[in-house]
Amino acid sequence: MKCFVGIDLGSTTTKAVVLGERSEILGRGITNSRSNYDLAAQVAREEAFITTRFALLRQQVEQAAGQQVLTRLLRAFRLSQTLTQLTRLSALILKEIERSVPAALRDAAREKVLGIVATIEQEEKARFEDPDPPARSDFFRDAAGSAYMRLAEERGEPSGVSFDRLVGLYDKCIIGVENEPLELGFRHHIGSALELAGNSPAVRAGVEAAVSAELEVVRSVGTGYGRARLPFPKEQIRSEILCHGLGAHRMFPGTRTVLDIGGQDTKAIQVDEHGIVTSFQMNDRCAAGCGRYLGYIADEMNIGLHELGPLAEKSTRSVKINSTCTVFAGAELRERLSLGERREDILDGLHRAIILRAMSLLARSGGIQDQFTFTGGVARNSAATRALRRLVEENYGEKTINISADSIYTGALGAALFAHREAMA
Amino acid sequence: MSARAAIVDWARACYEDLRFSEARRWLEGGKGRKACGHLPVYAPRELVHASGMLPVGIYGGGDMLEIIRGDAFYQSYICHLPRSVVELAQSGRLDFLSGVLFPSTCDVIRNLSGMWKVLYPGLYVRYLDLPQVPDPGLATRFWKKELQTLVHDLGEVSGAPADEATLRASLGVFNEMRQLIRELYRARREAPWRVPSEELYLLLRAGEVVPVEAWLEKTRGYLKAAERDAAPIKDRSRVVVVGAFCEQPPLGLIKTIERAGCYIVDDDFLLGNRLLSREVPLAGDPLTNLAEALVRHAVKTSVLYEPNPEGKKALMKERVEAAGADGIIFAAASFCDPALLDRPMLRAGAEAHGIPCIAFKYAENSGQFQQFREQAGTFADAIKLWGGISA
Amino acid sequence: MSEVQKDRSMVIQKDMIAEHYRQLEAAPETGDPVVYTFVPGNLTELIRSFGALPVLPEINALQSGMRGKSRDYILEAERSGHSEDVCTYVKCDIGMLQSGNIGPTGTRLPKPDLLLLSYTGCYTFMKWFELLREQYDCPTVFLQIPYQGDGTLAPEHRQYVVDQLKAEVIPALEKATGRKYDEERVRHYLSLSAQAEEDLVAVLHSAKRKPSPIDAYFGAVYYVGPIFSAFRGTEEGVAYYRELRKEVEERVARGEGPVTPSGTLNDQKYRLVVEGPPNWTSFREFWQMFTDEQAVVVASTYSKVGGVYDFGFRHDPKDPLGTMADYCGGCYTNLNLPSRIDMLASYIKDYAADGFLIHSIKSCNSFSAGQLMMLREVERRTGLPGAFIESDLVDPRYFSAANIRNRLESYLQMIEARRQGRPA
Repeated sequence: MKCFVGIDLGSTTTKAVVLGERSEILGRGITNSRSNYDLAAQVAREEAFITTRFALLRQQVEQAAGQQVLTRLLRAFRLSQTLTQLTRLSALILKEIERSVPAALRDAAREKVLGIVATIEQEEKARFEDPDPPARSDFFRDAAGSAYMRLAEERGEPSGVSFDRLVGLYDKCIIGVENEPLELGFRHHIGSALELAGNSPAVRAGVEAAVSAELEVVRSVGTGYGRARLPFPKEQIRSEILCHGLGAHRMFPGTRTVLDIGGQDTKAIQVDEHGIVTSFQMNDRCAAGCGRYLGYIADEMNIGLHELGPLAEKSTRSVKINSTCTVFAGAELRERLSLGERREDILDGLHRAIILRAMSLLARSGGIQDQFTFTGGVARNSAATRALRRLVEENYGEKTINISADSIYTGALGAALFAHREAMA
Repeated sequence: MSARAAIVDWARACYEDLRFSEARRWLEGGKGRKACGHLPVYAPRELVHASGMLPVGIYGGGDMLEIIRGDAFYQSYICHLPRSVVELAQSGRLDFLSGVLFPSTCDVIRNLSGMWKVLYPGLYVRYLDLPQVPDPGLATRFWKKELQTLVHDLGEVSGAPADEATLRASLGVFNEMRQLIRELYRARREAPWRVPSEELYLLLRAGEVVPVEAWLEKTRGYLKAAERDAAPIKDRSRVVVVGAFCEQPPLGLIKTIERAGCYIVDDDFLLGNRLLSREVPLAGDPLTNLAEALVRHAVKTSVLYEPNPEGKKALMKERVEAAGADGIIFAAASFCDPALLDRPMLRAGAEAHGIPCIAFKYAENSGQFQQFREQAGTFADAIKLWGGISA
Repeated sequence: MSEVQKDRSMVIQKDMIAEHYRQLEAAPETGDPVVYTFVPGNLTELIRSFGALPVLPEINALQSGMRGKSRDYILEAERSGHSEDVCTYVKCDIGMLQSGNIGPTGTRLPKPDLLLLSYTGCYTFMKWFELLREQYDCPTVFLQIPYQGDGTLAPEHRQYVVDQLKAEVIPALEKATGRKYDEERVRHYLSLSAQAEEDLVAVLHSAKRKPSPIDAYFGAVYYVGPIFSAFRGTEEGVAYYRELRKEVEERVARGEGPVTPSGTLNDQKYRLVVEGPPNWTSFREFWQMFTDEQAVVVASTYSKVGGVYDFGFRHDPKDPLGTMADYCGGCYTNLNLPSRIDMLASYIKDYAADGFLIHSIKSCNSFSAGQLMMLREVERRTGLPGAFIESDLVDPRYFSAANIRNRLESYLQMIEARRQGRPA
């Protein structure tokens, strides 16, 4: 089947979206950005194709065997991927042990690492069997990484193979796992999944159809930071502003203003009724108030990024934070804590400060017209969205504010739409 | 509550009131009353007063105002003051003004005058090019003509043009104000434990936004009470704060400097209110006298050209000696061209005379004072340990 | 990068500049008096009438920027106490001074016999020469040009400038050079200025054509060089502008566009008006971002910073002092904001622009304060969107090619999409 691909190389994550002939969304993929942009693009695209194939088999399997089977199949697929990556990680670490661990410790190191990996494998399999597992990040690095850290801490011996040494081995090799092209594709993993999740003729037929479907990429468009290094000719690269505007418009056809707070930049975009950008402002010279800033704050407080929002929501008193400078984030935080301010209140003030910056940018770009769409990583932060709703209402009155869980794909979606429009024109 | 505390409270209320209630009350108190604002540093308030209007100094919102609209007008590498000024205006807090004067302090204030014309086309806006040429004759002739134009314009705005009599009366009143300010500064210089800088500052800020007659009365009351005060003398280092003449530091910063172990015995906060160092003569032509007063007797400042090549080298020594101070704190607003461009010359001059100095930058909405406390505290201690002026 | 094509006029100009710096280097021997002054409000005719050589520290600074020397100079100045927040021209100049005062062409710069502080359109000028005065210990004469706060040069302000010229500037020049004021000579130079201005304006107006034979921003930096610096009022200046005009007319006859870093730009997809100074440290790279997208600049405000000639003003030899006052008062940065907005809007209309771009300079408050409002006002009045790009004059730390390219390309794609009525 003919398809159209959009790829958005962000500073933190790379996204891909695959559209069908009627510009319907077939699949989406996301991966951590890394220094090799070609690879990031490739991995994201592969992920998108995987979900595309899952979309293809979805209907059939669901009809034939029900939602639960489908879900189990998907999770089995992911498990197969994870186990393959764990094997790869293990192999790389063993090689690294030969290279860099002193001879006296090598056996012990090997034993510990293999033990850790085996435990993670067991945990992953147990998670697969768990009907309602706790939510977690989809990325191998995050899931496997936190498990590895935890086990390394438990099993590291200060006098022998220490926690630091175990972590060092992981750090050296994880990049190798991520930077490898996915050798084993959909067919392999879905095969394993079928073994794991159980087999019925209807399911197998659906899977076979999905596996053998030919996905013909008619046109690709790339965008995002570092997009000049995408393996596309210049004509197939589109500004991330335009992609973002078009993508947001596709998700919310009534939108006229779009705010994107990403890892290290903020964009305020006005679009017309066709999704064409009419004006924009960017804040990309300094990462103050962007995702990265929140990352520093989370690190300082020793909590996860996703915990910032809920904690801030517990605030009962507003604290005015005047600067969202990343350089001083730590110092400002420490001073306020030392003055007796509560974490919740500081965080609340902080989120308001971030949104205030965004409000200025929006004012520069032409204000907030109905409907207003908020995208980017920071849009997933409940305290940020709360502050935004408050400030929008205070200054622009009542506006419809769109916040979608899928907003991280906005740029890639817009790029794919460009690919579609241009190919079909 | 003591009378003195009540006056300080009144001054604080004026300082914190971003709606300018006292000014608005004055306007409502009489038919056809109007007010005319001005930006830092220096504007001839006498002329506004003589035209029957209330002069109002606009110093932004400090750390008391959240900037929502103002930031849409300014890039991040421009000082904070114009943002909060625009915020005040855009949020309607300055809607009681019939005109605004923009003196030639720097290019930001200069360009703001043009922005004001675009944003508020019905309002009287005038940019005042202060006289800079060294030759007093030339400068006075130029400035007098500017003042004449201003008087004419202000008369059209207020409907009650100033004449020689009203001009003379206003000159007299503002002579009194300046004299009282000099008295306050003297009192603080002689016994800083009696006149905390925070209180002095609040009084001066109040003086920017209330009718001068009311201010004179309150301030005289404060001074009398302060001079009788039996406050304990603290062992603090005497410092001069230089560079904060336009965008004002937050009150917390002023308090922090003193709490860290200093007495601020001289400063250039709100310098415009005492830029004329001598009484303006009341005999003779008022505008000529006012013009000459600025040309010949203005206090040295970064916003006016220094024609004497040795001037900047000696200035800090003169300031420190006049104040009986031990050291200098150079405090400038971030991105402030006048203060920051002058600083190397002033500091070199100070250090050549063995005057201890420290320097930092602030913003009117600086929220944390830890670093200032540390710097000022260390400075105060160093002065006590190793002495003040050593050359 | 391959060998960049140069017009004959560019070659002439390079020689003129080189010769000027040679003369400056020789000044201590020849005894030619040297006067330092500023580009806005430069009184070259007057200075030259006294046989003095003008030096323009701004031009030294931008040349240092173009030659990759400014970063070190700025760091040097900051090390010796200058703030990171202030004008980078000043810091570059101070740093250059502190590093031996070797000028951008490698020749030593002479000390000034006089600092002619033409206080025109920029507060920082005052401080710059106060700083230089400390370094050089030489006489300084202050010329105050009143700001056009109400949009015109009032008669009393004009008179004030004339009075200062008579009472202060001319006597200072007489003292510094040992010569007497020679009004005939001044008139003669002024008439030469007027001739050059005539040709320059013809060149600037040529950009109204399609295709435009010139780039009125990057290219114009070369065109206005002589008239903004040491060559207005000189025979060489007249010859240069005559040659330049001829060149441009020939390009018009051939239907050719300007010579650019990407070659001759004949196929001009976007016609833009630009407000704000250029970046000097990545000048070519910045220009190439435009030409890569086939964008040509048809009018700019920066090319008026040393004098606005394209609205009818010419130096008038019949009234030397008055005309100098008019000239100074009319320099771009001395105009009030509403006038600058008017100028941009009229350029957009008269030069049939597809869009406009504001290049905001971090360390220059004179240009930058108010540009965001200008952006919105011009958009409102012309109905065209504006682009907003930020960098600096000569501090390379503030030029981020990726960010700038992103904003520029996004903007041009937006223009394209609007033109076609659908996404490009």
